[in-house]
Amino acid sequence: MMKKLFYFLPLVFFFVLAAFLLKGLELDPSAMPSALIDKPVPSFQLDTLESDTVMTEKDLTSKVLLLNVWATWCVSCRIEHPYLLKMAETGVNIVGLNYKDNDEQARAWLAELGNPYLFNLRDNNGKLGLDLGVFGAPETFVIDKRGVIRFRHVGVIDDRIWTEILKPVVDQLTSER
Amino acid sequence: MIPELGHIALIVALCVSFILGLLPLLGVARNNRVWMLSGQSLSVLMFLMTTCSFACLSYAFLTDDFSVRYVADNSNTLLPIQYKFSAVWSAHEGSLLLWVWLLTAWTAAVAWFGRFLPLQMHARVLAVLGLIASGFFLFTLLTSNPFARNFPFPPAEGADLNPLLQDFGLVIHPPVLYLGYVGFSVAFAFAISALLGGRLDASWARWARPWTMAAWMFLTLGIALGSWWAYYELGWGGWWFWDPVENASFMPWLTGTALIHSLAVTEKRGVFKSWTVLLAIFTFSLSLLGTFLVRSGVLTSVHAFATDPERGYFILAFLGLVVGGSLSLFAIKAPELKSIVRFDWVSREVSLLLNNLVLVVVMTIVLLGTLYPLIADALQLGKISVGPPYFNFFFIPLMFLLLLILPVGSRLRWKSTRQRYLANLFKKPLFIALILTPAVSFVATGLWLWQALLATFLFNWVVIHTVDDWFFQTRTASSFLARFRKPGLSYYSMFFGHLGIAVCALGIAYTALLSQEKDVRMEAGKHQTLGGYEFVFEKLEQVQGPNYFADRATVTIYQNGEPLAELKPEKRRYFSGRGQMMTEAGIRAGLFLDLYVAMGEPLDDSRQVWAMRLYLKPFVRCVWLGALIMALGACMSLLDKRYRFREVAEG
Repeated sequence: MMKKLFYFLPLVFFFVLAAFLLKGLELDPSAMPSALIDKPVPSFQLDTLESDTVMTEKDLTSKVLLLNVWATWCVSCRIEHPYLLKMAETGVNIVGLNYKDNDEQARAWLAELGNPYLFNLRDNNGKLGLDLGVFGAPETFVIDKRGVIRFRHVGVIDDRIWTEILKPVVDQLTSER
Repeated sequence: MIPELGHIALIVALCVSFILGLLPLLGVARNNRVWMLSGQSLSVLMFLMTTCSFACLSYAFLTDDFSVRYVADNSNTLLPIQYKFSAVWSAHEGSLLLWVWLLTAWTAAVAWFGRFLPLQMHARVLAVLGLIASGFFLFTLLTSNPFARNFPFPPAEGADLNPLLQDFGLVIHPPVLYLGYVGFSVAFAFAISALLGGRLDASWARWARPWTMAAWMFLTLGIALGSWWAYYELGWGGWWFWDPVENASFMPWLTGTALIHSLAVTEKRGVFKSWTVLLAIFTFSLSLLGTFLVRSGVLTSVHAFATDPERGYFILAFLGLVVGGSLSLFAIKAPELKSIVRFDWVSREVSLLLNNLVLVVVMTIVLLGTLYPLIADALQLGKISVGPPYFNFFFIPLMFLLLLILPVGSRLRWKSTRQRYLANLFKKPLFIALILTPAVSFVATGLWLWQALLATFLFNWVVIHTVDDWFFQTRTASSFLARFRKPGLSYYSMFFGHLGIAVCALGIAYTALLSQEKDVRMEAGKHQTLGGYEFVFEKLEQVQGPNYFADRATVTIYQNGEPLAELKPEKRRYFSGRGQMMTEAGIRAGLFLDLYVAMGEPLDDSRQVWAMRLYLKPFVRCVWLGALIMALGACMSLLDKRYRFREVAEG
């Protein structure tokens, strides 16, 4: 009897898979809360893709910023990229966190697709990403003028996400003292 | 008028497929010979109707009939004629029609070449294929009709084909890939018919083998073509990205590879019967899952077609019916299958089971990595990509293991192998492989890298065993020439299959380890060196193609002061509404080294100074050469006379 049940395993496995696929059809990328909300950006010392100047968490203060986690191995980032360029054109301040990536490839990416970032932190071994609790890429953190994380968005930013979710947050933070 | 004709032909084909899915099965149940035989003519009729429909859509493209919405969205009067034709399958609706057309072509082929099979079996197989086809016809007609019109105001000009797809690679890549995907439906139909019939002897495996081999051959070629196309057309110098759509084609390839090996065991030894049936179901299910992933938009991908949840629900329901139904049938019927044959632990049976195990584990890992973003999303962990680090971490060690056990599997004897025979078999090749490895590795790479040594050892290990086994098998031949004719074509099929995977693996390892790239600022007269090659930017000119403007650079490459090659990379800007930019890389291809130049962005307003990327890609050609050799192997097995059935063997 047990042996007969064994033959049902593939079927059970398939139903679990199908349940996820069904759920997948109903889902939409959505913002998610983070334990880091309203905490300052974790301290770091990283140089940038653009130069050898070392940046720290202090360099993320004084204006409202988006900290965008990206990598050349991330297919979704390629989809997100053109929209970031548009946002940068309208004056949004975006800082890149180049996560677990190859520097050469990352520079080539920016040269080819354009650079929407003020500068790009080189997080080659993923240390800052780990401190930020990054799952993967892309992810975007909204950071206020005092360098405190105020909002986190996991996934691709597109027109809808920006106008409906992120822009209101950025506008509100900009109007703060 | 012609598009309506195509639409009607498709509807007729749908009706025929319904009848094909029911009548032969009823015939088997009632033992009605005429009903069973009807499957053959119905299959041919279904194929003719779908051909007619496909021809009508092609006609609409060739005549620029922009009143058809699909044509208006994907073509343009300026498009060169060959791309007008390939534009037929450039987007969702048309590629679905191509898919179903190829399915009916396989069905018609099974109807013709299988006419010597036992009638009941043949009727069941055709009926199963008919049922699958009716699902795809319904999908096309209900959610993705390619013949929908743009009335009352058809546009005067079409939107143009995505420039990425205006390329020879796209003309052949999808049809070949789909031939592979769809071809596994035949193996699936044989497995289901065998389950339905209940009497699962080894004969079904024998009938299914050539079909599976053919599907596998096309899938191998299709994946290789896709990879080659991505390499020269995307301008990123990469040839595999672990993109969800690539994975969707790779997963059936992995289980398909397991299946062709497992079918051999089942045919020759009558064991692993239920496992082989399960693999056949898996392989086709993964082809369907691939369709679901690509068409439903649940995953983001560079390949994603226009997404539409309605389509997603339809495919998921279809997937549930086909896979759920066949796995239920398996759960009920498979326990009745018993293998009476015994075998030892040290036998070819066990080593082939090991091969199957590794392949299925690799498939599971790829599946998990592909679906992880979806699962994470469903569990509210957010939308993310899983990158190559994950895939490479698991894939490389497992492939290592697979290549290590490959010669073991091919050289052990069925049933049981004596220890002493075993030691003799492995001592010499191991010795030669160990001696040759450092030399080959150093000559090929010019460096001492432990990864390169490891990859070279695996290559030597597989190749030496394959060649040594040939000498062993042919030792009794009377003369040297007679040796070549001694083993049958099936043996050579294995021979080339194994050589192919060794060449492919070596190419992957070397190109990953040795590739060099450099981003540079170039203007006329400037030169750069990379890996001993001097790249001189000669000039920049503006040229006009049939439907684009391009900035074309001329780069001459010198080696030791001697001119070696002249490359002309381009940055194209297409005229049509989308105004898309395209990078056309300049490549000098060689078996051992590719020199690759791609243009980035202009760095000044007069478009004279450019960011450019230079690549050295050693051994990248071996990746595709290996795939070609594998496909050649599969082709030889198809030509083997053992699989031509001429006698009528009624069961």
